[in-house]
Amino acid sequence: MSLISTLARMEAVESGRAQPLATVRHRRLSGRPLVLVPLTTAGEAGAPLGALVGTDPEEPRLLVVAQPRDRDLRFAFLAELAEEVLPYIDSFADVVEAAERSEVDPETGKKVKVEVELCADAPQLIVPSRAGVEYLRLLGRSTRFRRTAEQDPETPFPAPPRVPLLGRWLTHFGDRARVPGSSLLLSATDLLNRHWATGQSSLEDQHLGALLAWIDPHDGEPGSEAALRAEVGRDSEGQLLCPPAGPATDPAFDNRLLAPAIERYDRARQAVGAAEDGEAAERGLGELHRAEREVRRLVASRMKPTWEAVWRAIGLLRELPEGARVEDRWTRDRWSFTAHRDRVTAGEPPQPRRDDAVTAARKLAAREQAQGQLEAQEALDDPLVLAGRRLSGEAFTAEVVEVTMAWTESKRPAPRPLLTVRTEDRPHLGEKVKVFRSLDGKPQSAEFVRYEEDGALLLRILDRMGRSKEPAEGSVPEKGERIAWTLFEHDQRVGPQLPEAEETPWTHGGPPRADAVELPDAVTPEDVL
Amino acid sequence: MSASQDSGLSRPPQTTRILAELRGPTVPPRPLDARALAALAANPGCRRRALLDGAGVDKSALAAKLGSPAPFGQSQFAIVRGNSFEAKVKADGGRELLRLIGVEEPGTVSVPDLAAAGPQGRVARTALALREATGADGWTLLDHPLLALEVAGSPVYLEPDAVVVRPDGGWTVVEIKSFPMVDGAADASKVGAAARQAAVYVLALERVAALTEGARVAQSVLLVCPKDFSNVPTASVVDVRKQRSVTRRQLARLTRIDEIAAALPEGVSFDVAERSPEELTAAVECVPHQYAPECLAACELAFHCRSRAREAGAVETLGRSVRGELGGLTTVGAVLAAARGEEGDPEDPAVAALRRARALRQEALESAAARTPREHVECPC
Repeated sequence: MSLISTLARMEAVESGRAQPLATVRHRRLSGRPLVLVPLTTAGEAGAPLGALVGTDPEEPRLLVVAQPRDRDLRFAFLAELAEEVLPYIDSFADVVEAAERSEVDPETGKKVKVEVELCADAPQLIVPSRAGVEYLRLLGRSTRFRRTAEQDPETPFPAPPRVPLLGRWLTHFGDRARVPGSSLLLSATDLLNRHWATGQSSLEDQHLGALLAWIDPHDGEPGSEAALRAEVGRDSEGQLLCPPAGPATDPAFDNRLLAPAIERYDRARQAVGAAEDGEAAERGLGELHRAEREVRRLVASRMKPTWEAVWRAIGLLRELPEGARVEDRWTRDRWSFTAHRDRVTAGEPPQPRRDDAVTAARKLAAREQAQGQLEAQEALDDPLVLAGRRLSGEAFTAEVVEVTMAWTESKRPAPRPLLTVRTEDRPHLGEKVKVFRSLDGKPQSAEFVRYEEDGALLLRILDRMGRSKEPAEGSVPEKGERIAWTLFEHDQRVGPQLPEAEETPWTHGGPPRADAVELPDAVTPEDVL
Repeated sequence: MSASQDSGLSRPPQTTRILAELRGPTVPPRPLDARALAALAANPGCRRRALLDGAGVDKSALAAKLGSPAPFGQSQFAIVRGNSFEAKVKADGGRELLRLIGVEEPGTVSVPDLAAAGPQGRVARTALALREATGADGWTLLDHPLLALEVAGSPVYLEPDAVVVRPDGGWTVVEIKSFPMVDGAADASKVGAAARQAAVYVLALERVAALTEGARVAQSVLLVCPKDFSNVPTASVVDVRKQRSVTRRQLARLTRIDEIAAALPEGVSFDVAERSPEELTAAVECVPHQYAPECLAACELAFHCRSRAREAGAVETLGRSVRGELGGLTTVGAVLAAARGEEGDPEDPAVAALRRARALRQEALESAAARTPREHVECPC
């Protein structure tokens, strides 16, 4: 944590309210995000208990698994979830615009521009917490290798038709969420934590209810009190007033309410199975419906507060104006979405369990690059973020006090104007250190020449002044201008090229084997009641 | 060598008496469970936790009586699943577990009965079984053995899930967890916690091994988890050398409990059943705590300590790392006063940095506020 954000947290402690960490919104918020609040069963991997899902805050779709250990009910849940999520994703897949991408021509080896489709907008999933992002990734892993009856008539427990596809999309969203600055899959806690500092630690900030208590308290109640109530407050039945944002449930809820309700459901199911005459069967069915309704009611009661909290968070973030360079990052998200759409359409197999060496190295390099780009863009978009970089000596704001024209000593002299600037900041400058400023959204670079006797800095502008001898209009700062300079580059340089996957060296396992087919997970009898 | 290694388990009778009095003479001591071990690792310097754990006080009950009940609990779904998984791992007279180690044909596997009266009896029984198994030239599975380890001058009892004794006299700790290993990888933080826990078991086993001829404790433990999304066990060998040496160092550094206890005023007691909440609050207040947000996940008293730390304005409530940049400033009030220029020496680098930070922050916020009216780039919805 930087000193500036520590200070913001302390101001939050003193004032009892969260303090801003950003003056603009640094993530894209779609006009029509899909909010997904999942719950899972304690002690089981990938056994969902229920979910609220939808694009309309007023009308969430409620999905509940009355007996989470029953494979059929689990598949039914996943099929219903697919019916909510996939049409939403598809609605973005067909609206496209033309774009260009440079590709290497396999025959000539030259780079050529290729006309391709780019989806005009992309879907956006928002879950309550980081654990929710992890959970979607886990759901994706558990479903993408399932086989449907159509794919494999021999499979012992065929999955409903669209479930494996849901798994592939959830995997893609989960993977993309690991790219810094991407907005395809976001968590409400991360969104809020990026933009506000609360008077508690970052560990406590993972609790969505407590976080909102600091940022948006009711009736001006001090944040610490409201947050404490959200963390530990319980009603007369011993249930948390603010249920955990999931996917894990509160053990007290499991033990006191949910377990008896599921037991009743199991008993009713047994009674239906054991019914000997029509009347008994009808009675049993009635009881089964009541028992199922009770489980649904209970599970929904735990998810509803979280659903509302996520939409409250979205509302708070919409009040912030979007940062200027967010659009640029969203375009990358659209490319990512379009690429996966194309892979699905082309009938490619699901993402492998483990990436091969080249893919893994590419992903890591891309994430590293995205991290650098995100840090630079956020600082350029937001004076408050820039303040942090200025404090650490990585940027400075300076006033131009003098401009001296100068040229290179070559046959065709190019302009190299000298700027004398004055700053209160303390940048880490040495001879020939490059500094950058944003000129019409593009970086213009200069180099540090020396400190003047009165403490002013002398900079030499190096580029973006056009081809002629006289610099282009507006490309050289004027006297009196205040300009923010950064010591970091605005665009991260791309790392060294990696070989094609087929040319993976033996040190890294050699080329991936084409014949290695990903098998579906083995089925175990324990999954079935 | 550390004190925890050399000194025997015999504690001066005086300390035992003092600790029993602190706990309440009629209350049996609580063994150190996984959570207490995690708390030990998360915050070794906390005297309050050290004393209460060392005396075997039921911290959950204490926290409830202090008015800040611990938020920990376990879902019965998880318990049922965990038990059934453990039973499956230990099924077939231990052969299933040996298969996970990679032994297909173990011959006869001996599973000695470790039942005995009282913790001391069980510890002695475990030691005897380990000695017998080491000389036995065959595979032995010890199901829930009880080990003792000296923590801050007082013995605490530990119960690993299982210990396997090899024919060559090697002892291996087995840790059975119910979180899944998906595609050969499990949640890193959970594996880390399991490794730290197992390292304590290794340390405790080494005490017994030191007295057993031909015994050798493996520095890697066997972590058994469900495979992918099934109930089928899979195992992975986890090297715990690092965790073992870290834990040993922490244990050696712990202030001795008898010293903490000796510093207490006369008549202090943590007897949850007998004392009133006011008395207990006062008693807890006598032992200094060292609250950090990490405590919330590991210690039953964390909410109580947090409220005290917040009342005192301690900067650690915002995170342990916060202290580093603040020099000698330890309270939120002092930091803010220094930042505003009301207090503090401007020559102090920490104070100067704070003032610069505040000035830059103010400037940025004002410049943002000046960009009014705010252009709303709102999406239609």
